[in-house]
This record gives sequence, C-alpha cells and structure tokens, in this order.
Amino acid sequence: MPITGGAPEVERTTLVPPMSERFRASARDFPYWLLAIAGILGWMVFLIVTDEKYRTAFDRILPGLGTTISATVVGFGLALFFGLLAGLGRISKNVFVRNIAITYIEFIRGVPILVLIFTVAFVVVPQLSGALGFSNSSVTPFTRAVSALAIIYGAYLAEVFRAGIESVPKGQTEAGRALGMTSGQTMRRIVLPQAIRNMTPAIGNDLIAMLKDSSLLSVLGVRELTQQGRLYASSSFQFRPTYLVLTFFYLSMTLILSLLLRWYRSRLGLAND
Amino acid sequence: MTDYQLKAAPGPETVIIEGLVKTFDHGRVRAVDGVDLRVPTGHVVALVGPSGSGKSTVLRCINGLEIPSEGSVWVDGRLLTAKSSDLDAVREEVGMVFQNFNLFQHLTVLENVTLAQRIVRKRPKAEAERVAREQLERVGIPEKADSSPGDLSGGQQQRVAIARSLAMNPKLMLFDEPTSALDPEMIKEVLDVMLELAVGGMTMVVVTHEMGFARAAANQLVVMDHGRIVEQGIPAEIFDSPREERTRQFFDKVLHH
Repeated sequence: MPITGGAPEVERTTLVPPMSERFRASARDFPYWLLAIAGILGWMVFLIVTDEKYRTAFDRILPGLGTTISATVVGFGLALFFGLLAGLGRISKNVFVRNIAITYIEFIRGVPILVLIFTVAFVVVPQLSGALGFSNSSVTPFTRAVSALAIIYGAYLAEVFRAGIESVPKGQTEAGRALGMTSGQTMRRIVLPQAIRNMTPAIGNDLIAMLKDSSLLSVLGVRELTQQGRLYASSSFQFRPTYLVLTFFYLSMTLILSLLLRWYRSRLGLAND
Repeated sequence: MTDYQLKAAPGPETVIIEGLVKTFDHGRVRAVDGVDLRVPTGHVVALVGPSGSGKSTVLRCINGLEIPSEGSVWVDGRLLTAKSSDLDAVREEVGMVFQNFNLFQHLTVLENVTLAQRIVRKRPKAEAERVAREQLERVGIPEKADSSPGDLSGGQQQRVAIARSLAMNPKLMLFDEPTSALDPEMIKEVLDVMLELAVGGMTMVVVTHEMGFARAAANQLVVMDHGRIVEQGIPAEIFDSPREERTRQFFDKVLHH
C-alpha cells in the first residue's frame, strides 16, 4: 500500500469498526460454554421427565439433597470460622500463635481429603471423646463428616483470609492506628471489611469445591446425594441412569453458584475468566 | 524504653525529641541518626530535606508508627514507649495526614470522619456526625459527605483526611508529604487548608517539599540530610542565607527548576 494513502485509511477503520468486525467481537465473547452446559442439563431433564428408569433414579437420589446442602452450609460456616482464626494466626506477630496456625495449615494441605475424612472420623473424634469425656458412639456419622469438612476447608480458607488481609494496603492500618484505634478495632472495622470484599470470589470458589467434596462423605455412610445414588445403583443395577442423574444434581447446583459468583464479580468490576 | 513513665516533659513544648535514633534491617540502616527537636505549643515546624534523609521517619516516631531504636520522644508531656496502651493514648491526641490520604475505601466520607470519633472518643452517633459535618465545612467540602472516597479528586481526598484527623480534636497534627501525591492544580487547595490551621494556632509538624508553604507558614525550618539535622531556624533566614553547604545544595536542587 502506498504510504500517502495509509493515514486516512487507518483513521476510517479505527473510528467506526465495520459491521462484520463488531459482529466478530461479540461472537468471540458469547458464552458458548454456558449454552453447552445448559444443553447437557436440558437433555438430562428431558431423560428424567420422559424415561421411567431415570425418573426412578431421580426419586431415589432426591432424599439426599437436603443432607448434601446442610452438610455444605454447616461445614462451610464452621470452615469460615476456623479459616478466619487460622488466617489471623498465620499473620500474627506472636511466634507461638503463628507456628500453631502454620502447622495446622500445612498438615491439612499435606494429606488427601479422603484420608483426612477417615482420620477425623476414626482418629480425631474418638481421641477427643476420650479427652473431653463424651461417648464416641454418640457422635453421628453426619457430625463426624461435617467436622472433617470444616477442619479441612478451614485450612484452605486460612490462606484465602491471609491473602485477603494482606491485599488491604498497609496505609489503611496505619491510618486506623494513627487515629488511636487499637489493632483489634482496626482489624475489625477497617481491614476485614475490605479484605472480605476482595476475598469473596475465592471464598465462592471454595464453597463450590466443598459442595462437590461433600460427595466424599458417602464413605462414612452419610446419606447425602452420592450415598443415595450408590445405594440405589447397587440394589437396582441401574448404573447408567443413577450416575447420570447424580451428575445432573451436582452440575445444576454448581452452575447456579458459579453464575451467582460471576454476577457478583462483574458487579465489583472484576473480570471473569 | 519498656517501663511506663508519666513524667513531666522538660519544657513547655508539645513535642520533645532527644537523641532519636531509628535503625532498620537489624541495625544495618540508620534512617535517623541522633535527632534533637523541640516543637513549642502552637508552632509550625517544617521538616525538609532530600528523599531518604529520615524526615518521614522522625515524623512517624512522634506518633509511634515507628518505635525509636534509641532516644526519647515526649508528646504533650507523655513519654512514648513501645507499650501499646501508651501508643494508643498518644495517638488519640495526635492527628496524622499521609501522602496517599489513606481514606477508608469501604466507608463514605462522613463515615470516614465519624468512625474513630465513635470508637475511640465514644461519641454518640449524632454528635460524631455533627462534628464531622463541621470539619468537612472547615476544609471546604461539606457537600461530599455521602460520597465514596473513590469518587473524589486527590485534593478532596486529602482534605477529607485532614477533617478526619481534626474531628478527634488533636493537640498536634503531623503531615507526611501531604501534597506529594497530588496533581499540581490540587496542591493549593490542600495547602490553603493547612495554612488556615497554622494561622488558627494548631501545633504542626510538616514534612514537605513545598518550600513556599514552609516559608509562609512555618515558625521553624528544619533541614535534614542522612538522618541528621543539618540546620534549623527561622525559614526566611535559612532560605535567604543558608549557613551550611549541604542546605545550599538542597535548595539549589529544589528551588532552581
């Protein structure tokens, strides 16, 4: 192209992108993945509604839904509490407190979740029952299972809290302290509110992960979704409908949470993907 | 510096600093290397000097954001120690304005100014808000009370930060390069507020690069270099005829551009 003709040419294209270019840009950003997953879920719903075998599997698994949700909600609530304590301990100036927190976090992160669930259920709870004087057999599998999830995710969330607190600029703390607020008041009223806002996407990811990991509670015989599915499949030999319906339950729940999270992130002005 | 002492300061000054040394990095860096300074009540002291000369560190030792390695700091007759209850008590009486404003991003302007009043001064909500609106009026932005700090210009944010400190009725105000992060057209609005405070009799220690402000508002100019005070005295005299060669070199750099 001749050099003299170049400039106006460039100007025209940058000022008003041609129709085809704009169409291509929106075509690039279209969430095809969502369409695909919605299609898969739609196909599953179709099977459940029209096919007797799938409907039966759905009806047999459904009673586990409440247990899955309550295990996730209770477990996550406790995990947030443990995570906050361990996260604050992790950044404490006190050598003893800091090392206790790091020991907990590193221990949990060094052992597979499945093994930890067995360990909490069959080692930690019996040991505690001996030490604190309650009967080991009085602790239900559900309680053991939820404690395990809370202890495990507490360690994961501790790192989220630590990163969240450290993401708040030091000047915010200094301004609080300079106004005569104590370090506790500064943490509660100034640092944590901002940290939690920064942490929300990461907390949401861990909530989704915990919802999925609650399926591991089936190894303790807790009658959540996966256990209901396993019981039904082994008695009816309907493996295909059972596991497809089980997938449907988890995928629809995680998709809802994931969309909520995306909506929240975009409201905060954070980029998705 | 560990035991709590509440003895009278040796003079009618708001701030007395004796033999202040502050080292960082396990003694390898001597940011402040033996500083004596007195700030008489009602006076404005301007601390100037090249960057890295230790002037901000001296300022931060006055309200205990840095704990001195050696030497003593008295504020309003109270010896500053590393004990946190002492630090909190001193900080209640000392306002501080930072280079980067450090407004609380999750709160509105009004909440920024009321928070410490309510928590530290234990003022009821209505009283804290009344004081806050008075102070916002004083710094010239009463209409921004319900804004978020992020929606304000740098100059406006810094004026809110000044109002936030003033609402605590401090006996002393510290300014740490309050205009260094501002666009040129906003520097004046902040300096005007500070000048008004100075005229009103507030005791102030100001770390600044604004030599015009130092000349106009300060009773005392302190020139620092390499952690030490090079020269101090009446601003106009030092600006017009600096006694020390290092002072002259510093002025050459900041005044002749």
